[in-house]
Amino acid sequence: MGFIAGEYDICVVGAGHAGCEAALAAARLGMSTVVFAINLDSIANMPCNPNIGGTAKGQLVREIDALGGEMGKAADKNTIQSKILNASKGPAVYSLRAQIDRRRYQMTMKHTLEMQENLDVKQAEIVKLLYTENDGIKSIRGVVTHTGTEYRCKAVILTTGTYLKGKIIIGDTAFSSGPDGIFPADRLSDCLEKMGIKLLRLKTGTPARINSRSIDFSKMQIQYGDDNITPFSFENQSLETEQVVCWLTRTTEKTHNIIKENIHRSPLYGGLIEGIGPRYCPSIEDKIVRFADKESHQLFIEPMGRDTEEMYIQGFSTSLPEDVQADMIHSVPGLENARVMRSAYAIEYDAIDSTQLKLSLEFKNIDNLFSAGQINGSSGYEEAAGQGIIAGINAALKLMGKEPLIIDRSQGYIGVLIDDLVTKGTKEPYRMMTSRAEYRLLLRQDNADMRLTEIGHSVGLISEERYKKFLIKKQQIEDEIDRVCKKNISPDEKTMNLLEKYKSTPIKSGVKLSELIKRPELSYEILEEIDPERPQLSSAVKEQVNICVKYEGYIKRQEAQVEQFKKLEKRALSKNIDYSEIKGLCLEARQKLNAMKPESLGQASRISGVSPADISVLLIYLNGKGREQNGF
Amino acid sequence: MISSKDTIAAISTAQGTGGIGIIRISGKNAVGTADGIFHGKTSVKDMDSHTIQYGKIKDTKTGEIIDEVMLTKMSAPATYTREDVIEINCHGNILIQRRILSLIYENGARPAEPGEFTKRAFLNGRIDLTQAEAVMDLINSKTEKSREAAVLQLSGKISGYINNIIEKLLNIMARIEVTVDYPEHDDEADTAVIAETELKEIYSDLSSAIESYDTGRLLKTGIQTTIVGKPNSGKSTLLNELAGYDRAIVTDIPGTTRDIVEENINIDGILLNLKDTAGIRRSEDVVEQIGIKLAMENIKTSDLVIYVISLSEEDPVDIHILEEIKDKKAIIFLNKEDLAKDGEADNIKEILKGYSLGENIKIVVSSLKREKGAEEIKKAIKDMFFSGNLSQNDQLIITAERHVNLIKQSQNAISDGIDSLLGGMPLDMLSVDIRNAAEYLGEIVGMSISENLIDKIFSSFCIGK
Repeated sequence: MGFIAGEYDICVVGAGHAGCEAALAAARLGMSTVVFAINLDSIANMPCNPNIGGTAKGQLVREIDALGGEMGKAADKNTIQSKILNASKGPAVYSLRAQIDRRRYQMTMKHTLEMQENLDVKQAEIVKLLYTENDGIKSIRGVVTHTGTEYRCKAVILTTGTYLKGKIIIGDTAFSSGPDGIFPADRLSDCLEKMGIKLLRLKTGTPARINSRSIDFSKMQIQYGDDNITPFSFENQSLETEQVVCWLTRTTEKTHNIIKENIHRSPLYGGLIEGIGPRYCPSIEDKIVRFADKESHQLFIEPMGRDTEEMYIQGFSTSLPEDVQADMIHSVPGLENARVMRSAYAIEYDAIDSTQLKLSLEFKNIDNLFSAGQINGSSGYEEAAGQGIIAGINAALKLMGKEPLIIDRSQGYIGVLIDDLVTKGTKEPYRMMTSRAEYRLLLRQDNADMRLTEIGHSVGLISEERYKKFLIKKQQIEDEIDRVCKKNISPDEKTMNLLEKYKSTPIKSGVKLSELIKRPELSYEILEEIDPERPQLSSAVKEQVNICVKYEGYIKRQEAQVEQFKKLEKRALSKNIDYSEIKGLCLEARQKLNAMKPESLGQASRISGVSPADISVLLIYLNGKGREQNGF
Repeated sequence: MISSKDTIAAISTAQGTGGIGIIRISGKNAVGTADGIFHGKTSVKDMDSHTIQYGKIKDTKTGEIIDEVMLTKMSAPATYTREDVIEINCHGNILIQRRILSLIYENGARPAEPGEFTKRAFLNGRIDLTQAEAVMDLINSKTEKSREAAVLQLSGKISGYINNIIEKLLNIMARIEVTVDYPEHDDEADTAVIAETELKEIYSDLSSAIESYDTGRLLKTGIQTTIVGKPNSGKSTLLNELAGYDRAIVTDIPGTTRDIVEENINIDGILLNLKDTAGIRRSEDVVEQIGIKLAMENIKTSDLVIYVISLSEEDPVDIHILEEIKDKKAIIFLNKEDLAKDGEADNIKEILKGYSLGENIKIVVSSLKREKGAEEIKKAIKDMFFSGNLSQNDQLIITAERHVNLIKQSQNAISDGIDSLLGGMPLDMLSVDIRNAAEYLGEIVGMSISENLIDKIFSSFCIGK
């Protein structure tokens, strides 16, 4: 036995975006916590794109904030450009995206960890988990570092990102490495496999970084941020900062030819890469092979921060050899003389089969072992952070002897993300998209606080002060919706002039103000002129009133769907059920159900291979069981 | 979901034209439901358990007698399902059985699912848990069978047709999702235009599928046809001519047919459920008056009305009948052309023009005595219902009520989507409607939409960071 260096309630292995949220949540809930990173300068690193948010991801950041997480606040502090995407496509898909100063973001997050009560931050590679085994049930006891030092703990949260047996591939060269040239974690995987955890091999990649002084911006289109920055965190009313610009350029026929001529040198096509890459962020060579008829692809040139000339080429991810990369870059307008600072690479890593997890993110078969982030097969900083905070909360709740926090699919993107990973599993890195959320009209970024602050407060991550502010906002929204639904507008001259101005059909008799808000060409804001009794309200409240009234019909329709969905979610399935004993089930369903042990009938219905007929059989089975237990 | 609180009912005997049919009702309200339609010496409520009684089934609203039946009462728990069970033994005619069943549904029961009586037997503990396995097998085999039947039906045209429309809807959705999830690949204006055109096409495509259901239903259960007209205009003769033998008594005495005479007739593969009614006239005879009332009621529930007018009579047109039939599918048969004055047929046609008759009304001039009248009516019926298309095998015909209902729901969702698009709602709202539309259709062919959508997005569009 090695040197025992400390005892904690919870050990977090890895300090990326998942690890930071997990460690902060656990410590804030009163758990004595330690978080390990192979290199402390890699805390909260963004080894790929220098931005946070975007479609569906912006929603995730807001949900994390509503639950009491850190990502939104750290992003707001380090925003260097901000944009609302999809502004014309409907409120459910408005998505906030911010360019982030990568280094400063890391410093902010590292400092936040350092300042946190109950939390220790340590540089070490964890190579082994310690556990006991009684009657076939494994229970976590501690961790061992690369130096042989032991830390005792009651629970472990794995947030290892892309570090496990990380392998970087550039063309025909491959070497063992974590992201951004940091050391990989080569030993922990073996321990996990020994514990009976099923691993899989995934792959992702990142484009090259170039020096801005070597770019001819006159050949590119300039991209500005929004005039008014919307902050991620609900705690920030507004945000003032000088914004940087990004640039847009495109691939050319020459680029495509270079790639086609060298495709045989790609490790992807040559068999060197065995990991499965994501479909939604394919490398440029992948795009050109799969979408051969497309003549050109967009490329965005984005700054990595205020204190650096490094620029990120969004859309140009590749694992072709360095000489080909250089030719490709030089074939793009404005990049003819670009000097590469870091080459593009693909990275392969070990992840776990996420169907081994419960919805709480604890392993089904290992007591007090949790995992979150890219190790669970997800992709993206925001997806990682969203799982991180849930794993942190649930590890703490478990040690307190409380029920886990489970966000369901109708409550948040976090719920959709975790349910998808845990129920369906994934064979490629999973990226959040709005199309994955069946109730996305209810899961808007503007109402994330309405959906989740209450939960964050009852868990204990939202302060009383913030909660009181939230309750006032909620009341204001309800009162104002009530008022506009009752308020009569008569067809007087002022009203008619306003309607004419916005080419809206004139009204013949009095109508409710809410009816006018519902018209697509009008809005709550526009109608202010003819609504003199309107109270003073914040822009966030006004936005809520406008959306809730305007899209009432659609929102109600989705709420009705949610009602249906909840019925099946409420029917719990015991993990002691032996599905092979239920003869009415088809064979595939029996096997899948036994392997998965779903927590509810709803979750069972989402497992592929379980048909609606199987669900009826389970219902009958449950009713029969109920009768048996009631002594009939 | 199965709720044992409901009362369920179904025809328990094999469908066909056997001599006798049994309809079974089970559940808490079985007795109440039966009392709503059964009229015997004592009420069902007061009957002893496990006894049988003679009585009549009457239409709750009209009081019309549907059938004479024997009713068995079995009180819970000593029954197959352990609930109150009523069994009605009625005549074997499928139309009568369905009529009784729909009355039962109107009186508080719902249709039983396949195997549901057995499920209830299990759920209510009639079969103990040691037998559970066997029961589950049974239930499973039943669902399996109905699944097989459905698959068989779906293996051909309908599934091809539905899958094709789902594919189109998914394509529109994938377009929207791409503009939403990948704003940098934006072509929103295009997307809206394409979506509108395609949705309108799909809408009208679904309309023809829905229309085909009527054809399908008529093929399966027959065209409900009522013959009406003044007394002695030749209604019973027409029935006999169409039937090919003397089904109704034909005399020269007006008012011979007092009750309704029914006959099922096959016209080149088309089933006609023909009803000959009492002649409609002012009459002092009470029995005849009831007959007339029945005739008028029958018009309302018919798919087709044949109104027989005798050209040999003075002032032969009855405006009350015209009022009843003018918006229905109807054939106005100007009979006894051979006995008519010259130009009388044209006169009557002129008079008929004065009433704004709907476009589904055809006028046939002929005479039954000359033996060609019936043929011309047959031809008119075929034209009317199948527009000559019946022989073409490639026509899509929807036959299941479940299917047509889902198609209608899908069509409504598409219509909502077109409205919101034209109303200037943002694209994302449209995807709510399209998803609904696709999901309704998906229920017909049993596929889950969401998984297909993700695949669609990735396979059809080039996206990435």
